[in-house]
Amino acid sequence: MATPENKLAFEGGWEYSPAPESTDHIKVAKKYELFIGGDFVAPQSGKYFDTINPATEQRLSRVALANAADVDKAVKAARKAYNGPWSRMKPADRGKYIYRIARIIQERAREFAAIESLDGGKPIREARDVDVPLAAAHFFYYAGWADKLEYAFPGRRTRPLGVAGQIIPWNFPLLMAAWKVAPALACGNTVVLKPAETTPLTAMKLAEVIADAGLPEGVVNVVTGAGDTGAHLVSHPGVDKIAFTGSTEVGRIIQRALAGGTKKYTLELGGKAANIIFADAAIDEAVEGIVNGIFFNQGHVCCAGSRLFVQESVAEQVIRKLKDRMETLIVGDPLDKNTDIGAINSKAQLQKIESYLEIGRQEGGDMYQSSCPVPDKGYWCRPTIFTGVSQSNRVVQEEIFGPVLAIQTFRTFDEAMSKANNTPYGLSGGVWTDKGAKIFKMTQGIRAGVVWANTFNKFDPTSPFGGYKESGVGREGGLHGLDAYLGLEAQS
Amino acid sequence: MTTKARGGNQRVPVAKTYKIYIDGKFPRTESGRYFVLEDNKGRVIANVCRSSRKDFRNATVAARKAQPGWAGSSAYLRGQILYRIAEMLEGRREQFIAELQLQGTTQRAARTEVDASIDRLIYFAGWADKYQQVFSAVNPVASSHFNFSVLEPTGVVSIIAPDDSGLLGLVSNVAPTIVGGNTCVVLASESMPLSAVSFAEVLHASDVPAGVVNLLTGMRSELTEHFASHMDVNAIVFCDAAGSTARTIQELASDNIKRVVARGGIDWRSEASQHPYLIRDTQEVKTTWHPIGV
Repeated sequence: MATPENKLAFEGGWEYSPAPESTDHIKVAKKYELFIGGDFVAPQSGKYFDTINPATEQRLSRVALANAADVDKAVKAARKAYNGPWSRMKPADRGKYIYRIARIIQERAREFAAIESLDGGKPIREARDVDVPLAAAHFFYYAGWADKLEYAFPGRRTRPLGVAGQIIPWNFPLLMAAWKVAPALACGNTVVLKPAETTPLTAMKLAEVIADAGLPEGVVNVVTGAGDTGAHLVSHPGVDKIAFTGSTEVGRIIQRALAGGTKKYTLELGGKAANIIFADAAIDEAVEGIVNGIFFNQGHVCCAGSRLFVQESVAEQVIRKLKDRMETLIVGDPLDKNTDIGAINSKAQLQKIESYLEIGRQEGGDMYQSSCPVPDKGYWCRPTIFTGVSQSNRVVQEEIFGPVLAIQTFRTFDEAMSKANNTPYGLSGGVWTDKGAKIFKMTQGIRAGVVWANTFNKFDPTSPFGGYKESGVGREGGLHGLDAYLGLEAQS
Repeated sequence: MTTKARGGNQRVPVAKTYKIYIDGKFPRTESGRYFVLEDNKGRVIANVCRSSRKDFRNATVAARKAQPGWAGSSAYLRGQILYRIAEMLEGRREQFIAELQLQGTTQRAARTEVDASIDRLIYFAGWADKYQQVFSAVNPVASSHFNFSVLEPTGVVSIIAPDDSGLLGLVSNVAPTIVGGNTCVVLASESMPLSAVSFAEVLHASDVPAGVVNLLTGMRSELTEHFASHMDVNAIVFCDAAGSTARTIQELASDNIKRVVARGGIDWRSEASQHPYLIRDTQEVKTTWHPIGV
């Protein structure tokens, strides 16, 4: 209902006509094999699993399940490619191949966006405007580093590590593949990539691109499967480096599994970012930042601003404006260009989110959800906020990985800082204020790898990303992201 | 122009008029003058524009006008545009090889030069979003300030390209200048000017905004002084000038404290000649202080 302060209710007079992205231009095969040694090959396991559209619960395709023998084959193909052409190639030529990948992704951007949306449930607008262009940009950026590594690490000689095993999550399937594959190749490594079991399709499309780009056989291999496939990759003795993005729980298991060995690893894990709104912030912009921070990609974002801290004097105003804004968010068909919040990625993830909603209420939090209708079929969660929660509540401490925001208030700068840092995580943070000096004081104090000031969820290939504390080890992106894929030695 | 129909029903080829490139257009020199380019048998290859001081001044106006927009475009975009130039040059590889041969280069050397030019463009395209990361700094000042230094383009750069390397020498000096957000006015090789004109056509087809690169052909002896003295040029890059010419350039440059970059005796065919310090040569360092506190 419209009030003098609520300019966003349109009294039901405004309806969006459907604006669906067409899918007649995309090619999804009925079945996908493993991509090993430059060929699409049937799995030795003989097994396939379904990948479904979480918005319709319908099967999109069947995908090969890689077992230990398949992973072994992929690692051997990667080793052969490493010893053969790839590590001996002129660095500038390696760069040219990676540029080709960037260009082909740009050419096929629309197809990639549609498939990413179908397979993972994310709104087409995000896939189109964020995931796919950023993926191409990552390849473009790292392509240029291939013949410039001596400038990144002055005084040291760089060498590739060998075969990199890369395990990527389901929230940004193509983009996370790009974050990992691009720097690995630029530094002269070869790759065995393991996409997430709920979102394997764009990785298979990337395999097509890599084949079309004419990369030597075996430089990039893709093995699809679930946790077991990833575990085989982590423990394989022929792998020199593990790059993992996923939960802190699995990250811990991987770090333990690698203990005592010589494999280099980077872990990009969970988060529970504080988004801090000071009274002197531009409130309307801050509200947009809160919405972007927690509802972007259904909240399936490791750096999501899932803990909101609002200075007491503006808390009531901010929460009211936030609720008004939430009411305008459209939850529904990911392929519709009007959609703000798409489908939850999987049934299991929806159940996890719903269990946290229950926990939040049981712990005494006040839950508020928007009134947006959701489709009958598929996995959906309305944008949700909890007020009246405290530092010890599980919805404040634990990563939910959904569109669920826990709101607390603070009075002083120091209180905000200490509450923000009261978490085992340290991936990202946000600060909203008109005072530049306060921004830098905050960025100094927040124990997190990325801090956004008067903005949120910004990503760029040139900008390093990664966590402090239990949010991970190492950085991806930028000059610093090269480190993960190189050995540094004394100059001879 | 010397191309002859060899009798019979053979088609008569159309010869190309080589013009200069200012503000994204291909005018003739306003002076109406020309100089003759001959092959090694003394036959006329082309009548080449003998650009004047006025052409240079027009080009500088165009470069100045284009500079803020070009510097303001994202590093990613500039990188992609340089990459696009390489793509276009690759597609016209045979034309450039033939043109270098026409100007007296052997086929093998011409091929090497064109390939190296394409690769050099890719090399500098890659630097677009990286040189800042290599050359910038966060400075740990003792007071409670966040202090950082970044590079910014110096502005409009006049370039006197190497004489002995018609394409590669040109590319090797233009690419690092523009990738850093400068715009430029270039005097092409006097003895091998054709590649520069054709390269302007490549630039024209590569989404390079008008005025970012302006290319003149003409006599070094006439134009050097203007390249060095113009008060709206921020830096001059001159190749292979020595002795009294170098001294004159430096003296004239001092009128508006131009940055003077002298490049001599460089073998542009060598990969050792490509490095990011060529970008830094036409950059300024800007330091910002910002307080930290509540």
